Amino acid sequence: MAQIVLTNDLGRQFTGGETTLDMDVTDVRDLIRKLDQKFPGIAEVLQDGSMAVAIDGNLHQDAWLEDIGPTSEVYFLPAIRGG
Amino acid sequence: MGVDGNYKWVGKRTVRPDGTDKVTGRALFSADSSMPGMLIGKILRSPHAHAKIKSIDTSKAEKLAGVKSVVIGKDFPNLPNKTISIGILAANFSEMSDKLMARKKVLYDGHPVAAVAATTSAIADKALSLIKVEYQVLPHVIDVDEAMKPKAPLLHKKMITVGVDPAPTKASNVASRCEFGFGDLEAGFAAADVIIERTFKTKPAHQGYLEPHGAVVSVAEDGQVTIWCSSQGQFMVRSYCARLMQIDEAQIRVIPAEIGGGFGGKTVIYLEPVAMALSGRAGKPVKMTMTREEVMRATGPTSGTSIDVKLGATKDGKLTAGEAELRYQAGCYPGSPVGPGAMTAFAPYNLENVKTVGFDVVVNRPQAAAYRAPGAPMSEFAVESVIDEMAQKLGMDPIALRELNAAKEGTTAPYGPKFGPIGNEQCLEAAKNHPHYSAPLGPNQGRGVASGFWFNVGGESVASVNINTDGTAVVLSGNPDIGGSRASMAAMAAEVLGIDYDKVRPIVADTSSIGYNDLTGGSRTTFASGMAVCNAATDAVDQMRTRAAKVWDISPDAVEWSEGHARPAGPNAGDFEPMSLADIARTSAKMGGPITGRAAINAQGAAPGFGTHIVDVEVDPETGHVTVLRYTAVQDVGRAIHPSYVEGQIQGGVAQGVGWALNEEYVYGDDGCLQNTGFLDYRMPVASDLPMIDTVIIEVPNEAHPFGVRGVGEVPIIPPLGAVANAVSNAIGVRMTDLPLSPPKILAAIKNGS
Repeated sequence: MAQIVLTNDLGRQFTGGETTLDMDVTDVRDLIRKLDQKFPGIAEVLQDGSMAVAIDGNLHQDAWLEDIGPTSEVYFLPAIRGG
Repeated sequence: MGVDGNYKWVGKRTVRPDGTDKVTGRALFSADSSMPGMLIGKILRSPHAHAKIKSIDTSKAEKLAGVKSVVIGKDFPNLPNKTISIGILAANFSEMSDKLMARKKVLYDGHPVAAVAATTSAIADKALSLIKVEYQVLPHVIDVDEAMKPKAPLLHKKMITVGVDPAPTKASNVASRCEFGFGDLEAGFAAADVIIERTFKTKPAHQGYLEPHGAVVSVAEDGQVTIWCSSQGQFMVRSYCARLMQIDEAQIRVIPAEIGGGFGGKTVIYLEPVAMALSGRAGKPVKMTMTREEVMRATGPTSGTSIDVKLGATKDGKLTAGEAELRYQAGCYPGSPVGPGAMTAFAPYNLENVKTVGFDVVVNRPQAAAYRAPGAPMSEFAVESVIDEMAQKLGMDPIALRELNAAKEGTTAPYGPKFGPIGNEQCLEAAKNHPHYSAPLGPNQGRGVASGFWFNVGGESVASVNINTDGTAVVLSGNPDIGGSRASMAAMAAEVLGIDYDKVRPIVADTSSIGYNDLTGGSRTTFASGMAVCNAATDAVDQMRTRAAKVWDISPDAVEWSEGHARPAGPNAGDFEPMSLADIARTSAKMGGPITGRAAINAQGAAPGFGTHIVDVEVDPETGHVTVLRYTAVQDVGRAIHPSYVEGQIQGGVAQGVGWALNEEYVYGDDGCLQNTGFLDYRMPVASDLPMIDTVIIEVPNEAHPFGVRGVGEVPIIPPLGAVANAVSNAIGVRMTDLPLSPPKILAAIKNGS
């Protein structure tokens, strides 16, 4: 299963402090849907554009359709803006 | 294509397509536009840092002959107080609207309170003088540490800190708290033989673009809006204006002017919606151009900061733990770059135990705007200073200490994920082996080294490649050309199409001529829009391969494209004379019509950038003046599509970083009003302040891009703050922690020894 790591702020808001989870997911959209089933309300934050996701070290923003492999490491982090 | 290929145009120092227009004065910047019947718009600004607006009387101004429209805060829509993302940006339109035109309070010196449009500039000035605003002046606060104190004047009485559990019950100026990191700090520091703790301060620094903000806006009788302006993104301007003025995006056409510098400061808008309101009321086009004083008083510099760093290491140089608390000025509303500051602070290092905490703090200053690598120069300055001090305490070479602890492929970044292929170690090695690093130093001279990291981003881009019947091509993209994107787009298209660079004409299209593009920022354009151009050119090539296949009556899969020609893929495909792009283009009407390649993408896979800088300085012990003697900047750029532009980006970042380190400083009076509102007093470096900046390009290709591109424009402003501070500290033997390192501070440090 893929290892999913949430930010401390997401853990504080939605998961009771749990930030590392093992989940069976196929892509980012599937991950967000399953996280929301487990932690209602988290999808709104994950989809409002404020968060990015790193899959196996590669940073993605607004990328629902990116594949997540069975052994992927997935980190949520604040979206990067830049100047 | 292919990241390891040999290229004909990629990597070459081609002539820039916009060069002739710019050196002959033909290029049109925002202030160059004009229209028949155009009015001049001007803004009345608050003379107070913090005050309630008790009343505004515009009646005398409205009666003045030649005045065609007057607007104040109530003339703009009130919008939901919610932050939303637009492309790679985030915005709270309620706050943005209040920054355009104050409603109940002014929150900084220069905050707009009214605007007029008149037939001449003089009449507009006279009208502003006739507007009477009654204020109730309130206590103000500028310094970030002062603003965090319990009894500090409050900017927003209902602001409760986000990110703290349990939530505070009292309002404060602290908008939010963020935290990053992992490991066991206590164990990490317990394992250290040496621990260093320091507090650092930096002042706000302006992006310093030479071209002030400007716009010409025409609102027609049918409500159609046309905007000519300079910005980092015509689509950003359109999106923001549509939401702020509550009209459809399709009603607005934004035509990008050339841009005279942005550096992040033109990822926001200040004038366009105001000009829309004035033009709509007057029924005439309105031109607005800021003065330099307005730019300095009322547009976003980056944050001033206060940062604590604690670093532990074993006696043999292994870093055991790093911790930082970062406090950033947000300006009048939340939104400082403290988040990326906290994420990047320790990013060049492989740490098992790391924690950073950031606070976003509102103060009575203009809203902080993005500035190259927002948030990172300050946090990495603090950490790089402590790394330098750690090397001294351990008796190690500062690059050797960095190499021993360098982040590399597989290292877990302090913000969570593991790095893929990165060029951090290669930069350090190149710096160590550069002749600069072993050159002797004289009396009162010091050498400083610092590393820097930035994420880089991708985002949405659309491109078209139109093949002309004479065998030339026009490339349309949707990003203002700030750092050489026309030349880069043309080179990549020429490479894919297999035609000469000078047969490709790159165009920056307006918002009604091409699909949506995120703005030019985040070091994204050559990566993301370049990827779109490559894809669009490949699409055109595929169409031409298909047409050649039809002529030869073979499968398109049996046709390959090389050196600008369709060719049979092998002996089994048949024996046909290759068809050039021009051959195929000439018969396009007979073969299905014009050939246009298109691509619309959300580019993923932006790869981070690292750099290492070396600087030598000499300090005059009598005056405290610092002379920068020599500067070398090493950076991993993935692939330099146009090396001259890459070098220019690096040199420009260094120049701005040196100014931030040595000179640039906002000076406020006791009344909270800015005292230095021009370039004579806000001292940016000029050519005579700097040596020739030597650049070393490292290329560790980004596999996600057709040619291996990483973003370039933001990394080079990060290391100079730490490198210069380390050099000055080493020259005078006193650790300098408070930027800018102005002569009085240096003299005091020499005198006091601390």
